Amino acid sequence: MTSTFPYLTTLILLPAGAAVVVALIPSAQRRAVQVVGFVASLAVLGIASAATVAFTAGYGGYQFVASHQWISAFGISWSLGMDGISLFLVLMTGLLFPIALAASGDRAGDKSFVAWILVLEAGCLGGFLALDLLVFFVFFELTLVPVYFLIAGWGHERRGYAAGKFFLYTLGASAFLFVGILALVAIHASQTGVTTFDVRALTDTHLSGAAGVLLFLAFTAAFAVKMPLFPFHTWSPDAYREAPAAGSLLLAGVMAKLGAYGIIRFDLALFPRAVVTLAPLLLSLGAIGIIYGAIVAAVERDLKRLVAYSSLAHLGFIVIGAFALSREALTGAVLQMVNHGLYTAALFILIAVLYKRLGTFSVREMRGLQRRVPVLAGVFTVVMLASIGVPGLNGFVGEFLILAGTFLTHRWWAVAATAGVVLAAVYLLWAYQQAFQGKPTIEPGAIRDLSWREGLTLAPLVILIVLLGIFPGPLLNRIGPSVTQVVTHVEVVAHQRPPQVGAPGVALRSGGAQQ
Amino acid sequence: MSLVAALSMLSSLGVPVTFVTPHVNYVAILPELILIGGALVLLVSGQLIFAKVPAAFYSVGSGTIAAAALVASLVIWRDVQARGPFTTIADSVAVDGFAIAFLVLVSCILILASAIANDFLVREAIEGPEYHVLALLAGSGAMLMASANDLILIFVALEIMSIPLYILAGMDSKRRESGEAAMKYFVLGAFSSAIFVYGIALVYGATGSTNLAQIAAYLSTNIVTSNGVLLAGLGLLLVGFGFKVSAVPFHMWTPDVYQGAPTPATGFMTALAKAGGFAALLRVFFSTFGMLRTDWQPLLWAMAIVTLLLGAILGLVQRDVKRMLAYSSINHAGFILVGLAAATSQGISGSVYYVFVYALLVLGSFAVITVVGGRGDHDHDLDAYRGLGRRQPVLALAFAVLLLGQTGIPFTTGFLAKLYVVSAAVRAHSYALAIIAMLSAAIAAAFYLRLIFLMYGVRLPSGTGSDEGALSLPVKGDLPEEPEPAGAAPRSVNLGPVSVPGPTAVAIFVTVAVTIVFGIWPAPLVDFVRAAGFLF
Repeated sequence: MTSTFPYLTTLILLPAGAAVVVALIPSAQRRAVQVVGFVASLAVLGIASAATVAFTAGYGGYQFVASHQWISAFGISWSLGMDGISLFLVLMTGLLFPIALAASGDRAGDKSFVAWILVLEAGCLGGFLALDLLVFFVFFELTLVPVYFLIAGWGHERRGYAAGKFFLYTLGASAFLFVGILALVAIHASQTGVTTFDVRALTDTHLSGAAGVLLFLAFTAAFAVKMPLFPFHTWSPDAYREAPAAGSLLLAGVMAKLGAYGIIRFDLALFPRAVVTLAPLLLSLGAIGIIYGAIVAAVERDLKRLVAYSSLAHLGFIVIGAFALSREALTGAVLQMVNHGLYTAALFILIAVLYKRLGTFSVREMRGLQRRVPVLAGVFTVVMLASIGVPGLNGFVGEFLILAGTFLTHRWWAVAATAGVVLAAVYLLWAYQQAFQGKPTIEPGAIRDLSWREGLTLAPLVILIVLLGIFPGPLLNRIGPSVTQVVTHVEVVAHQRPPQVGAPGVALRSGGAQQ
Repeated sequence: MSLVAALSMLSSLGVPVTFVTPHVNYVAILPELILIGGALVLLVSGQLIFAKVPAAFYSVGSGTIAAAALVASLVIWRDVQARGPFTTIADSVAVDGFAIAFLVLVSCILILASAIANDFLVREAIEGPEYHVLALLAGSGAMLMASANDLILIFVALEIMSIPLYILAGMDSKRRESGEAAMKYFVLGAFSSAIFVYGIALVYGATGSTNLAQIAAYLSTNIVTSNGVLLAGLGLLLVGFGFKVSAVPFHMWTPDVYQGAPTPATGFMTALAKAGGFAALLRVFFSTFGMLRTDWQPLLWAMAIVTLLLGAILGLVQRDVKRMLAYSSINHAGFILVGLAAATSQGISGSVYYVFVYALLVLGSFAVITVVGGRGDHDHDLDAYRGLGRRQPVLALAFAVLLLGQTGIPFTTGFLAKLYVVSAAVRAHSYALAIIAMLSAAIAAAFYLRLIFLMYGVRLPSGTGSDEGALSLPVKGDLPEEPEPAGAAPRSVNLGPVSVPGPTAVAIFVTVAVTIVFGIWPAPLVDFVRAAGFLF
């Protein structure tokens, strides 16, 4: 697929340019700020959709590849590319940003707020599209700045603490990634004489066992903090809790995926042997995250922190899917990244809507809301069920693929993870029960149901949650070939043969997931 | 006259006299000559032309002289690139790409500093040409340090640079701290100079020369079996350099002097002393004593680590912005040492690049601090920056960019500088150093961010709590003072708008523009630094 239109470069430069434009608008022109910000993010969604349409399904390699020299002295090039793994993450990013702006209400007229959101969008898209390790790192780091300002400037009570903790934690972990990238490039240069940061070239680097493991750990440290993966998650409940609605939504919906994406794109491609060696460790951390997150969420009475811990559990599934090293599990992980983005975004919006009406995040202070705000309660139910992973909604498809795929290769971890599905039902239903059922404490009419504007903001998410639950085929067709390439690469390099499973019930392996 | 008389007397007595003066290539040392001559002209000209000399006269004069030095440096640069490096004045001055790169840098520092100083001197009603004259002289010293090819000349240049800086630190006679800073800087500086000279003596004793090229030649043809004297000399040289560039454990003076000195002088001093000090340090250690790298590398490795960590960690607990940037400058010195500790040409280029980038970042930062400091130069508490983003959005944005540049955020020059030195360390297989360097950058980010947060973060929607969150970064518990109670008015700092005079605004704009432009499009600056090779 060759295309003359530079989709990917435009996807990054458009929000960045729009951020500059917004910064130049006088701050009194709130309406103009709002319009420019929203239109720009919609335009990004448009381009992402156009790229999706132009994307060739069934081809696993990179498409729309852009490659320009940037810092030739260091072998750094502006290399971008998109494959089935990044395609839907980009599309989801394009979708969530306008929704985040729409869900921000008055703040969408705050010039610096909108500018930071757009910078964040450029950073996230750059991270998903970069094929040059340093370009990836640049965007990976760059996302910290806008999120820091979003939390610090517009967050809740303890925003200074949360923003600082978030920034330092992630920046500290990035130190390892940075040195890891440089070390990998140095090793590659000493083998080939070519200094390059291009991930496609670096894939061929021969790493000794120890070097591979160390580099893998350095890379994974940064990704694990960014996701977050247990036990590197301690920043996330604070950051999710104190961030403004748009901030939490983007943190959990998009930023967390940068970490998971980094694992799939870079860890699996660059260090296949280390991945095979250390897969049990990462699988265990993922499984612990699932169960630990679910247990903490079950006792958490603050809705935002609850979603933070439930995210920890869901990201545990994604990690398990990534390190199970089977096509089905990895396909499920990629799909689950998109799914999690959709329903977590919807959950955060709903929580923000409740906060606007009640001034609290605590479920203790909510009771019987179902009678007072039935539409809101209905939407909440749908989103919650998707998050639990009820069949027919999108959460089920991803989780099922992950569990099925993991069962093929790492049976007992799949068993442990399945317990997490049950626990997810426990904490979400408890929270729902407490907040929405029972005898209402609020007088009828004292609280508004969803406004049409809030409804419109949520509508695309809810529609997609249902649609992807029933009809995930188009996604799987596009994700599949790229995932196959990644898994084949790991198997070939690590001399791993595809799993041999005798059980008749597991016919999935032959590629059922890609239908 | 007396010399001629003495010579003629000696020859009349029948003593054979051959007095050979070295050939002097005046063009090769034109930038230094311009600065020294210009300083002297500036010193007298004002009084001769005007009855009452306007402050701008000296500033414009100083800027013009520095610009002339810049042009001269660029001319020599072209010459050297075309015809190769050479030495002059009996091999005591090296004219190579490395030296000229620093001549260019020092000239730029002088131009920007004269603009910043102008407004400060007007505001504080400090009259006379002395500030500018001293700055130019210090600049000539820094230039000589970069081009010196002889340990004796390095020492002379070190003094030419340092003595004006001591005086500049004490220029603000209205503030007692300024005098204290000058005294402290002078006494400790004199100590370190003495140690430095002792180092020269030992090196001379061990190698039989003070000329860098001859020392290098000696070391490459002889194996010094009992090298105690040589290594001791090297160590003492390192003490002298370490003091100038404020590397731990020779950094003790840094916070006090930075805090006490007049703010524009602090910025100038930081930029200049780092440039001059590191120029000579890199040349002496890498180019001259390169043969001994296995001996000094571990030393620099350890020095880099403690410098990085101490700067970053102690910076966290400062409430005075100037002290904070003093510790930040120690942290940056650590990064520059990382490049040297790698002891590869990539590492040296990285260090040079870092010095370039940092010099401009720190000049711009102290220009902002000068402006915010207000009349009397005392509003340097963190509180003075509270809400600066609302009061003066442009100034705050500029400061934020400069601080983010120092943090090393992508798309600023600071990022590539860190990338450069750390990648050199990785290439040299010092992974531990590389990781510690990046972790220290993450720690240091906390205090840069705290400042940025103070400028922007006090944007509370009404009724959602107190201002208290504003300061509660994780480092809060370490603050030496109790934070004021919630909602209380900040202490006696001026929270009104401060005036940003034109020349300072231009200087800040230039540093910010360099930070961003070369952050996004780094090729020209990288190529320039890579072309700046050593003579030998």
